[in-house]
Amino acid sequence: MTLLKRPLRIALTRRKLVGSLGAGAGGLLLSGCDRITASPTVQHVLGVGEKLTMGSQRLLSSRTTLAPEFSALDMSPVFRTNGNTDPASDAYARHAAEGFAHWQLAVDGLVRRPLSLSLAQIRAMPARTQITRHDCVEGWSAIGKWTGMPLKLALDAAGVLASARYVVFHCADDFAGDPYYESIDLIDAYHPQTILAWGMNDQLLSIGHGAPLRLRVERQLGYKQAKYVMRVELVDSLAGIGGGKGGYWEDAAGYQWYAGI
Amino acid sequence: MSDSAPDSLKGGDLVYRQRRPVRLWHWINALTVIVMLMSGLMIFNAHPSLYWGQYGADNDTPWLEIGADGSAGFLRIGGVTIPTTGVLGMSGGVQIAFPPLVTIPSSYDLAGARQWHFAFAWLLVVPGILFWIWGVASRHFQRDLAPTRAELHPASLWQDIRNHAQLRFHTGEAARHYNILQKLSYLGVIFGLLPAMVLTGLTMSPAMDAAWPWLLDLFGGRQSARSIHFICAALLVGFILVHLLMVLLAGPVNELRSIITGWYRLPEEKAQ
Repeated sequence: MTLLKRPLRIALTRRKLVGSLGAGAGGLLLSGCDRITASPTVQHVLGVGEKLTMGSQRLLSSRTTLAPEFSALDMSPVFRTNGNTDPASDAYARHAAEGFAHWQLAVDGLVRRPLSLSLAQIRAMPARTQITRHDCVEGWSAIGKWTGMPLKLALDAAGVLASARYVVFHCADDFAGDPYYESIDLIDAYHPQTILAWGMNDQLLSIGHGAPLRLRVERQLGYKQAKYVMRVELVDSLAGIGGGKGGYWEDAAGYQWYAGI
Repeated sequence: MSDSAPDSLKGGDLVYRQRRPVRLWHWINALTVIVMLMSGLMIFNAHPSLYWGQYGADNDTPWLEIGADGSAGFLRIGGVTIPTTGVLGMSGGVQIAFPPLVTIPSSYDLAGARQWHFAFAWLLVVPGILFWIWGVASRHFQRDLAPTRAELHPASLWQDIRNHAQLRFHTGEAARHYNILQKLSYLGVIFGLLPAMVLTGLTMSPAMDAAWPWLLDLFGGRQSARSIHFICAALLVGFILVHLLMVLLAGPVNELRSIITGWYRLPEEKAQ
């Protein structure tokens, strides 16, 4: 959740602006370039590069290769928030007012034993604490300390079926009615640093940073770190969910599903 | 450059100067580097501030920032603020760091720019590594690019700089070979700027930092790597501009023929 709505709106006004300048040489050049960009063939070829990148990065690291962890001295003095910072729904507001005492995390889909875990149960599980760097797709980075339940514990408790290929995180926040969601494959889901964080910088996770539960998947960019996680769903395909591209920003603006770079 | 150098060559002779891998790599790069630079500027537009160290975001102090106060665009480096309305920070009535004319895509599209950048990165890296291997195996680097001891002598270097500044270029037999300033700038790009671009680019990837944590030690953190990536890109733009200027000054038709067909007409010796 590292993006703001603002740039999309700028894009629209800019397109109008560029269109109205169409007579100028600059305008012609721009529209020519943008026509190339929009071509499905070009998009397909560029997509090959994306697959190559994911394949190579997976080849260069093992399933358990850890993202760098830092010392307390390296932490950002202020860890900025972004994306949605206070989900708009009444249900979420109620949970927040109750201190998330009745928040339940569902673990379901392609599992043997669907679960519904309370925050108390989740916090009672063995926790992992890691000081890691959060990299927004926009380019900025912040280093913070995250504490949470390794996702593997929840997956093992629910018993993932052999047909499952992806883990989908359904969130309590939305953009103009489109719910936020994200997904990762099982390699990242079982990674030792992949946790559902309930604590940040030695305190309970704040609402701005995704209370009460936020995914940390440390080898990928910020928009994969889904906040306000309500439900963890195991699926064999991403096609039926949201716009089918595996995440809110993937659907809404064409961001890459694999965000390792 | 061809193997032996007959003494009889003089100005006006047509010589085979650029071998095929050099020409091929030149034109792949001409396309790739332009796409990388333009898509890179769009990626920069998403967060037009640069920092030193492991982290850096809005609450930290950037060493470079492009932005806008109201309708006034600015470039701020350290404590110095330069007004850049119409070019940087603010152009066409819109707040944007780099203007549409120099970015791919032209309108704000971070996802699209990333798609271009990371696809063309492969066209930079794979042919680049192949060229390195060929350059060593064919002795192109050792024979054509390695400076001789005599060339590196300060007096000789200074003379070459003076000659360039006075637009007096090598003629006749001497023009068959790269001069020392060409050698140093090509070596700097092939073994300095391009590898630095690729490695700092990889350092910004969270998955690569897991696979190769030494990248962070090498550049002093992700945000330092991002800054160095930008500085090297600026130096590369500088190289391209000087390179194009030199082509124009040295005779664009002859130079273009040489980088397309390999054949170059040695410039006539000037009567002293």
